[in-house]
This record gives sequence, C-alpha cells and structure tokens, in this order.
Amino acid sequence: MAKVVLPELGENITKVTVSYWFFQPGQKVEEKQDLVELATDKATFNLPSSSSGILKKIYIQEGDVANVGDVLAEIE
Amino acid sequence: MKIEFLDLGLTDYQTSRDIQKQTFDRVKSGEFEHALISCQHQPVITLGRQACLAGRQAKPVNLLVSEEELKEKKIKLVNVERGGDITYHGPGQLTVYPIFNLSLLKKDIHLFIRNLEITAINTLKHFNINACQKSGLTGVWVNDKKIASIGIAIRQWITYHGMTMNVNNDDLSNFSLIRPCGMDIMMASVEGILGDNVEIEEVNKIFKKEIVKWPK
Repeated sequence: MAKVVLPELGENITKVTVSYWFFQPGQKVEEKQDLVELATDKATFNLPSSSSGILKKIYIQEGDVANVGDVLAEIE
Repeated sequence: MKIEFLDLGLTDYQTSRDIQKQTFDRVKSGEFEHALISCQHQPVITLGRQACLAGRQAKPVNLLVSEEELKEKKIKLVNVERGGDITYHGPGQLTVYPIFNLSLLKKDIHLFIRNLEITAINTLKHFNINACQKSGLTGVWVNDKKIASIGIAIRQWITYHGMTMNVNNDDLSNFSLIRPCGMDIMMASVEGILGDNVEIEEVNKIFKKEIVKWPK
C-alpha cells in the first residue's frame, strides 16, 4: 500500500484545495500519470502518481482543503 | 537563461491555448529550455479553477452579466485550468504565457509568481510607472489599482497560462462585467496613467528584455 502525500510546493504554501481527481477508487493508475489536480489561490498543480497500482481510497475529496504532509489517497 | 520567444499578435483565445499546449510539449521534450508566448486576445472572459470551486454554483458568482449579454457583446466565456478566479482579456492588453521548466530553476510556485510580478514592475519602470506588489495579494498594482493579473497552471513542474497587463486598452469598461479575480478592485492601464497611447509591441519588447534577467 503506497500513501499519496501532499508534497512541499514552495515557500508559504501550507495548504491547497483538491480541485479534481483524474481517477476514482478501483481504477488502475500508472506511475507518473496525473493523479490529482490541486489549486492554490492563483495556481493549479497536477500531482503525478508516485507508483503504479489500484487507487484504493481517496481521503481528501474535491473542493476540500489539504495541508502539506496530509495523505490524499492510497494506492495498492 | 535561454527563452524561446513566440509573438502571436492579436489571437483568438483558443488558438493561443493550442499553441501553449504545443509549446508545453516542446519544453517538456527539452527542445526549448523555456518559452514565452506574447499576444493580445479577442475579447474573452476566462474562468479559473477558483471561480468554479467557490461554492460550485452553476453560474460563477463573479460574472455580473448573463451569458446572453456576453454573446451580444461578442465576448466569449471560457473555463480554463489555470488558478485564480475570473478575468477579462481583450485588445490593448499584453498577455504573456511563460512556459518555464521549473525543474531547471526552482520548484516553487509562489516564487515563480513573485518573479513574474517583478518582471512586470521592472517593465513598467521603463515607462516611468511606479508599480508594486501587494502583501497577501497576487498581481501588479499602481496605487490601489491593478495593472497586471496573474493565473497559472503547472504540470510536471512546467508552467503555462500567465499574466495580462493593461496597456492601451481604453475599454476598461469590460471589467465592469465581472468582479476581477473575485475582488472589488479598480483596474489601471499604462495609457490611463500616462495619458498617452503606448505601442503594445514596445511594452512586449521591454518585457522580453526584463524576463531574461529571471533569477536562477
């Protein structure tokens, strides 16, 4: 089981809004594929998957806020 | 810093998006280290992600007129993947899209935005305009009026979308159709401040000279 963790995105960015999941639980995702779109007030950022596998669970839903270091999802 | 410059002139918004995507791929492949697309747009209102996230309402709250009114005025309405809220683009504005590979610079989203603001401020200095950043806000300001707006997207640490500066758009009235960036703010233009028309190409030329000074 691999945890998808919100990484550092630069100084002064401590939280982002999850704006779009490219995959839903149960779907297969490949390493480096765009997994989730994150939004700060003036930028959007696509977080690629760090591993290949099945997206098991999404912890932070679209429209909700995540802090740096939070687990966004799990891939098995 | 090696930047490939592409000058599109007056361009339909969708065409510029297609060219951004092609240029993004050329930066991603390593053909260009970085690129800068400069253009002016036909009238268009774009909705960034913040416009859609704010309440997830059917109609964006910061669009103050109906879509029918926009059609009558021949202003297109487009949803885009950049950050930020709602903005207007039209002739008389210099719009720049830096397609920068942040893997070759610093992987810092806010630093990229702050450097873009500084490039605009230094460009405006050439025209004897003292512009500034505002703490806690994005964009470039002259006193309390906004002269340049920013909204970007980053994929695989390569940037796209960018910044629009009001140069000789005497038609700032189109901003009254929206709450720009979701805020109650007034807009300024180079022409409005100087009381004289300035060629967009002249501003673009200075901007390009300034952006190559981008800190590594």
